[in-house]
Amino acid sequence: MIVFILAVLLFLVGLYGILVKRNIIKLAIGLIIMEYAVNLFFVLAGYREGGTAPILDGDLAPGTVFVDPLPQALVLTAIVIGLGTTALLVSFAVKIYEKYDTFDIRKIRKLHG
Amino acid sequence: MIKRLFVLLAVAGMAVILIPFVSGNGAGDALNNVAATYVEDAPRDLGTMNIVTAVIVTYRGLDTLGEVLVLFIATAGVGFLLKKRREGDPVQPPSEILSTGGMILMPLIVLFGIYVFSHGHLTPGGGFQGGVIIATAFLLAMLSARRLPIYSGLLTWIESVSGFAYLAVGVLGLVLAGGFLDSRLLPAGRYGSLLSSGTIPLIYTFIGLKVGTELVSILDKLRSNQ
Repeated sequence: MIVFILAVLLFLVGLYGILVKRNIIKLAIGLIIMEYAVNLFFVLAGYREGGTAPILDGDLAPGTVFVDPLPQALVLTAIVIGLGTTALLVSFAVKIYEKYDTFDIRKIRKLHG
Repeated sequence: MIKRLFVLLAVAGMAVILIPFVSGNGAGDALNNVAATYVEDAPRDLGTMNIVTAVIVTYRGLDTLGEVLVLFIATAGVGFLLKKRREGDPVQPPSEILSTGGMILMPLIVLFGIYVFSHGHLTPGGGFQGGVIIATAFLLAMLSARRLPIYSGLLTWIESVSGFAYLAVGVLGLVLAGGFLDSRLLPAGRYGSLLSSGTIPLIYTFIGLKVGTELVSILDKLRSNQ
């Protein structure tokens, strides 16, 4: 229960950052925080009381409880997608900096600079 | 001031929306039906020790294919935005310790990455993790070498071939086994050995090569654009 609240709080921190900050890099950081909060939430939702990692390596006692493997698989893919989109976001930021010499979104007004 | 108030209201509204997720959840002690089926069936049907790998590569193989596509599109976008330019001199040349240590560590890290993606069906790890580890080895090399030539043509070639091979294994599964990306194309082999669980090591090798080369080319583009 308390861990879910903390994950949601982390998500809200990222949301606050996106709404308040004006620097593109900080906006990207806010987005990443939100993304990782969602990943954390999924992994926590797949936890089972006293569960171990779902890897059967021979010397497990019979009747061992495993955590849910499905959220782990989904989060694994989500992390890699997050990496790709973050790289894309950063390259947009690089292009914007080349064109406007600033990361401040308030100063990026003209479309044809 | 009024703007800040609206921001706080928006955050609070989001918090209210998320309350059901928090209150309706608790760590139970039993797996639901889908997860229990995966845990029971994966070792018997597919011969994998790592259930997560079985879910990623076989049970939810189509999702993984879509994810590989997303990563490919992101890489293509980065390549489109950051055109390759002449290589600028590094701001500060790497120190002796960094360059020597980097050159010693880099092949070991690549080897570890290959271990991680080829043992994805037995131990924690897999294609995506192995690919990222290989990319970190090249990042270290980029930081520690004064000039590291990255042959982007070779990277593109490896990436295309492994992506195509991944799809080809998937379609072969459709023709020769139970369905698209079915890993029972090859015999299951001895449980727990390296060459077991059908095509899963093969698919993870292709994914590892593809992810690794894609991330290396992203790093190369980000580095040479200055």
